[in-house]
Amino acid sequence: MKTLNFKIIAIAFIGASSLFVSCDNTDSTSESNTDQAARKGKKFSGTFVQQDQMARPAINTVFIGSGAPKDAFNASIPSEMGASYQGIFQSRLLALNSGYTTNALGQTAAQLTGLLSTDVLNVSKVAPTTFFDGTNVLTGRNAADDVIDVELLLIFGGPTGASNPGLTSDHVNSNDKSFTASFPYLASAW
Amino acid sequence: MKKTRMVLGLSLVAISGLIFMAADHADAPAVTGNANDITDVYAFQGQDTNNMVFVVNTQGLLTPGATALATFNENVLQEINIDTDGDNVEDLVIQAIRDGKEMHFFGPYAPNSTGVNSTINSKEESGKVKITPYGSAPIIESEHGMKFFAGPRDDPFFFDLGQFKHILAGEATSFNNPGTDTFARTNVLSTIIELPKSMLGNSSTINIWAVTGKRQ
Repeated sequence: MKTLNFKIIAIAFIGASSLFVSCDNTDSTSESNTDQAARKGKKFSGTFVQQDQMARPAINTVFIGSGAPKDAFNASIPSEMGASYQGIFQSRLLALNSGYTTNALGQTAAQLTGLLSTDVLNVSKVAPTTFFDGTNVLTGRNAADDVIDVELLLIFGGPTGASNPGLTSDHVNSNDKSFTASFPYLASAW
Repeated sequence: MKKTRMVLGLSLVAISGLIFMAADHADAPAVTGNANDITDVYAFQGQDTNNMVFVVNTQGLLTPGATALATFNENVLQEINIDTDGDNVEDLVIQAIRDGKEMHFFGPYAPNSTGVNSTINSKEESGKVKITPYGSAPIIESEHGMKFFAGPRDDPFFFDLGQFKHILAGEATSFNNPGTDTFARTNVLSTIIELPKSMLGNSSTINIWAVTGKRQ
């Protein structure tokens, strides 16, 4: 609840700053084209330093310890993640499921965490895109994909997917609004 | 016996301070509650199967009341990194940044440098779209065979996070059936791009990830 209040305050603050920006833009209608071009150039100038990084769902949140390590993971780049994080991920996996042997994909703890610790989303340009649809594995991520059940199954389900049946699905199987068949695909805001 | 061991394992994780805030909503202290926080990334084939769609969602868990006030930040660059040769280093980037009431898009193009620092090559601008205000029909622009959208959407993510926290805390040993979607009736700020797959190099698979960068 406290967090929620904080969020509202933060959002209100961001909203307030954007009002000032909007005022600037109204002022700029009298600018010459040259001035406007210069202002635009400045808008897109500067160096942007990585703050958050994400590909597969919930990787940082599940496998990285709270506090500073989470920020450090967000500031790291995929080509260097495997070397830095595979061992950490494996310890986390075995803490979550001390009975882990292999999963439904036949992966050992080292293999699963080796895959997940390099946080990129593998996307096929030639096959159906899905996180997992029973046939295709990690060929993308659709909005409707039940990615949490896939991850729970791989972490808790054991070699046949039948282990720990109370933990391999959260029984929330779809979104609370339908997606659209055409762009922009996501549903309107509540 | 097996179950006891596992629950013990879960409790240890909970004690060690692991908080599961899925998918990556508020995943780390430095990004929680600000425009840098990426909640989810999606990549899927478009309605036209020659196209690929990328979705980057930020600022999750927005209540309907908070959504109208939520804005993209002009000092935060959203970037989709695309590795076309399997080395997990970006060969192409697609960038999006807000200027006033519009979101501007750049690329896909090969960046000058890779790694944690990014710059925008403004010559690579591929399009822009007016940011859709809360409650309005989606504003869509099409340029160079690409489509663009930026604005609030329903958070497409679904998960019974509440029950999972109970499990981690040792207060429950399994999920409920049916579960309760913690992300029901919450919104995110979405940036959505559709483009021809042919703009994404020649390989049959790519690796992608999204980052946010703050202007220094």
